[in-house]
Amino acid sequence: MQPRHFIHAALACAVLALSNGALAQAIKIASLQELSGTGATVGTNFKNGMDLAIKEINAAGGILGRKIEVSHADTQSNPGVAKGLAQKAVDDDVFAVFGPGFSGSILVSMSETKRAQIPNFTGGEAASITQQGNPYVFRTSFGQASSMPKVARYMAQNLKAKTVAVIFVNNDFGKGGRDSVTKALDALGAKVVADISTDAGQVDFSSPVLKAKQSNADVIFVYTNEEESARALRELRKQGVTKPIVGETTLTSQKVIELAGDAANGAVAHVGLTTDAPIPNMRAFRSKFEKEYKYIPDHNGIKGYTSVYVMKAGIEKAGKVDRAAFTKAMHGLQVSAAKEPGVIMDVSYDDKGDLDRESFMTEVKGGKQEVKETLPALGKK
Amino acid sequence: MNRNLLIGVVALAALLIGPPFLKNYGIYLLSYWLVFVIANMGLNLTLGYAGQKSLGHAAFFGIGAYSVAILMKAGFSFWLGLPVAVIGCFVIGLGLGFPALRVQTIYLAFATLGFNTAVWLVMRNEEWLTGGTFGINNVGRPGLFGLSLDSNLAYYYFVLGVALVLGAALWGLLRSPWGKAFTALRDNPIRAESLGVNVQAYTLLSFAIGAAYAGAAGALFAPLVQFVEPAPFTVAASIMMYLMVVVGGPGYFFGPLLGSAVGVLLPEWLRFAQAWYLLVFGSAVIVLMLWLPDGLLSIPDRIKARRMSREASAARAASAKALGAHS
Amino acid sequence: MTDFLQLFLSGLATGSIYAVAALGFTLLWQASGTINFAQGEFVMLPAFIMLGFISLGAPLLVSFVATCAVAVLLLGWVFKRGIADPLLRFGMMPIVVATIGLAIAMRSGIRAGFSAEAHPFPSLFADKLFNVAGVTVTLADVGTLVLSLLLVLGTQAFLAKTVTGRAMQAVAQNTDSATVLGINVPRMILYTFAINALLACAAALLVTPTYLAKFDMGESLGNKAFFAAIIGGFNNSRGALLGGLIVGVCENLAAAYISPTYKDAVALVIFMLVILFKPQGLLGKKTERKV
Repeated sequence: MQPRHFIHAALACAVLALSNGALAQAIKIASLQELSGTGATVGTNFKNGMDLAIKEINAAGGILGRKIEVSHADTQSNPGVAKGLAQKAVDDDVFAVFGPGFSGSILVSMSETKRAQIPNFTGGEAASITQQGNPYVFRTSFGQASSMPKVARYMAQNLKAKTVAVIFVNNDFGKGGRDSVTKALDALGAKVVADISTDAGQVDFSSPVLKAKQSNADVIFVYTNEEESARALRELRKQGVTKPIVGETTLTSQKVIELAGDAANGAVAHVGLTTDAPIPNMRAFRSKFEKEYKYIPDHNGIKGYTSVYVMKAGIEKAGKVDRAAFTKAMHGLQVSAAKEPGVIMDVSYDDKGDLDRESFMTEVKGGKQEVKETLPALGKK
Repeated sequence: MNRNLLIGVVALAALLIGPPFLKNYGIYLLSYWLVFVIANMGLNLTLGYAGQKSLGHAAFFGIGAYSVAILMKAGFSFWLGLPVAVIGCFVIGLGLGFPALRVQTIYLAFATLGFNTAVWLVMRNEEWLTGGTFGINNVGRPGLFGLSLDSNLAYYYFVLGVALVLGAALWGLLRSPWGKAFTALRDNPIRAESLGVNVQAYTLLSFAIGAAYAGAAGALFAPLVQFVEPAPFTVAASIMMYLMVVVGGPGYFFGPLLGSAVGVLLPEWLRFAQAWYLLVFGSAVIVLMLWLPDGLLSIPDRIKARRMSREASAARAASAKALGAHS
Repeated sequence: MTDFLQLFLSGLATGSIYAVAALGFTLLWQASGTINFAQGEFVMLPAFIMLGFISLGAPLLVSFVATCAVAVLLLGWVFKRGIADPLLRFGMMPIVVATIGLAIAMRSGIRAGFSAEAHPFPSLFADKLFNVAGVTVTLADVGTLVLSLLLVLGTQAFLAKTVTGRAMQAVAQNTDSATVLGINVPRMILYTFAINALLACAAALLVTPTYLAKFDMGESLGNKAFFAAIIGGFNNSRGALLGGLIVGVCENLAAAYISPTYKDAVALVIFMLVILFKPQGLLGKKTERKV
C-alpha cells in the first residue's frame, strides 16, 4: 500500500474508534451452565432465557449505554469443572457470573467468586446456598427455605392433612427439599409418616408408591425431577391412589404433563415461576421465547431471563458499572415489574441474597396447568 | 533413546518453568491433569503391563479422596490422610483382587464395574460418613515443612513433585524382574505360569499397586478441588480412565501422560464445539481404535515397523533379483 | 401378600426388557466375540428413529418396521463392517474401547443433534388396568412380558430348529470347524448382528413408553443387560431371559423390603455371587480355556 493510503486508513480507524465509545467497553458476564450431563435441561433453558434477555437489552441500547457481552461455558453438571470455570471467569475479570444451576455445583464454585468479590447469580434452590455467609450470591428463584413453608401451609391448612408421605429424589435438590418440608410441616403440627427415597433417573416407582400407600398418609408429597415425577404420577394412578398429590414446580410443569398424560390430572403444586401464570408480562415473555427457540420454556428459562434484568435494575440503581456498588445496591433491592417489565413480577432481595416474590398454587386440570391461587410475597404479609 | 531423553527433559522444563506465566485456570487445569496422570499410571500398570481389564479404577480414586477429606474434616493432618489413602487402597485392592482375578478377562471388567457401583452407592447413601450427595466441602490444603500449599501455584508444584516421585518408582518397578513378570503375564499368562511365574501373586500385586496409585491421586485430588462428592467416582469416570490409558497406549510408560491430556485437556480445546465435543471425542476414540488399536504412542513403533518391513522386502527383492540373475 | 405379588409382577415386566437386551448382547458375544458396550445405546437409537418416523406421520407399527430396516443396516451391517470386523483380530480390548467410544458418540450425537430432554413415546398397548386378585396390572405390563417371552423363545427356536440357526450356533461354538464344514462364517456372523439389531428395536418399542425417549436412556439399561446376561449364563440364550427376570424382580423386592437407596446393589450382589461361585452363569455350561 502507498504511504498516503495507509495514513488515510489509520485516520479512519481512529475516528471510528473514538466515535464508538459504547463498543469499546462492554459489560462482560460469564455464564456457567449445565449444558451436558444430568443437568442439561436446566442449563440449556437458563442459557436460552439469558440470551433472549441480553439480545433485548442490547437492542434497546444496553445498560447505562453499555452492551452486555456473555460467554457461556459447560460445567458438564460436574462441580469440579464448575470450580475451574469459575476460576477462569475470575481470571477474565468479569462483572458478574451467572450459574451454575445445580446446587451441588454452585456451592463449590461460589467460593471462587466470593474470594474475588464477583457477584454470582444462581438458579440453585438448596437452602444452604444463602447460608454460607457469601454477600455476593443472589438467587433467581425461591430457596427451599422460602417455598416449603408455603406448600406446608397449603397441606396442613387447606387440605387439613395430619400425616404426609414424602417421596423425594436422593440428591442435593431432593434432600434439601425433604428437609425443608419436614421442618415446615412439623412447625404446623403435621407429621411425616413415610420418608421415601428414590433415585435420579429411576424408572420403576412401584415400590415407592406402594410404601406411600401403606403409610396411609392423608397427603402424598412428591419432590423429584420432571421425568421421575411423570413416572411417579403414572404409578400412583395405576395403583389406584386417591389421596391428594402435592408437589413443587417440578411436579406440574408442562414437561411432566406431556410425559404423564392423564395421570397428571389433579396434581397440585406450589410454583414460583410458571409460564402459565395469568400475568400479561409472563404471557409476553412466553410468546417471545417460543418465537425465538420454538419451544415453551420451563422455569429455568424464566430464571435466566429475569436474572439478567435484575442485574440491569441493580446496575441502574447503583448508577455505575462497579461490582462493589452493585452488590450494595442489590441488598434491599426492590424492582417493580411496572418499571422493568423484564423481571416479569415484582421482586425484592434481602441482604443474604434471597429473593421474595409472589408465587402460585397450580393444579393440573384437563391436561393443562391452571393457576388456582396467587400467594403473596412473604414480605408483603 | 537420546531423542526420547531430550523430549523428556524439554517437557519437564516446560512443566517446571511454564506455570508461573499461566493464570489461575491454566494452573488448575495442569494440576488436574497431573492428578489423572498419577491415577492412570496405576491403571496402566494393571491394564497395560499386566493385562488386567479393570473398570473400577475410579472407585479407588474416590476412596483416596474421601479418606483424605474425612480425616481432614475430623481434624487430622493431610500427611496422615495420604498414607491412609495409599495403604488403604492397596489393601482393598488386594482384597478385591483375590476373588475377582480368578475370573477371566471380561468377567473381571464386570466385577470391577460392580465394585465401583457398590462403592459409589456407599458414598452416596452413607451421609453420616461421606456427607452423601452433599459431599464434603471446604477441604483445606496441607502445609509442607511450614510452607503453605494453599495457593494454586504452590499446590501445583507439590502435585508435580509427587507425580515425578511416583513415576520414578513405577519406572524402577518396571525395569526390575517384577516388571518383566508383569509383561510376561500380559502376553501369555499360561506360558508365564509354565515358566514358574506365580500368576496369581503377580496379578494380585499389579492390581493392588494400581489401586494404590489411584488412592494417591485421589488424596491429591481432594485438596485440589476442595470439594468431594460421589459424582467424579462413578463407573462412567472409570470408563473414561480406561479410555485414557488405552488411547495413550497401554503398556507404554508415557501413555498416561498423553491419554490424560486427551481426557482432561482435550475437552477444553474442543470447547469451541461445545455441545458436540463429546460426539467428536467418542468418534475420535472409535477412529483411533481402528487406525491405532495400540494407542497413540504406538505411532513411532508403527512407523519403525513399517520402515523395517519395507527395508526387509526391498532386501528380499534385491536378493531375489541377484539370485534370478544367476540362474 | 398382594403387595408382594404387585412388586413381583412389575419386576417381571421390567425384567423381561432387560432379558431382550441381554439376549442380543449374548448372541453377539457368542458368535463373534464382540463385547458391545453400546448395547444400551443400540436400544436408544431405534427409539429416536421411530419417533422420527412417527413425526413424519407414520403410524406406530409402520414406523417400527421401517426402523427395523434402518437398524439392521446401521446397527447390523455398518457396525459389523465398520467396527467389529477390523478390530476383532486385535483382541478384546480394542473392541471394548471402540464400543465405549461409540456409546459416548451416540449419546452425545442425539443430545446435541436432537434434544437433551425426555420425549413421550406412544405405547403399543392401550392404557388399561386390570385388577387380578387385588393386584393392579396394566395391559402394558402383561403385553411386554408376553412379547418378550415370545421374542426370546422365538430366537431360541430359530437357533435350534432352522438350518441357518444351527449354522450360526456352529460358528459360535467353533469358528474353524464351521469354516471347514463349508459354512459361510462371515454371513452367519452378519446374521447375528442383524438379529441383535432387531432385538434392540423390539426392546425399544416395549421399553420406551415407560423409560421415555432420552439420550441417556441406554445407560442403565445397558448395565442391567450386561449383568442379566452374565447372571443367566453366557453360552445359553435362555440364560438371558432368566437373568433379566431375576434382576427385575429382585430389584423391586429389595427396594420395598430392604432399602430403596441400595436398589442398584441388588443386581450387583447377585452378579458378584454368580461370578464367584458359578462364573458360567446360572444356566451356562463351563467352557475350557484355550491355550
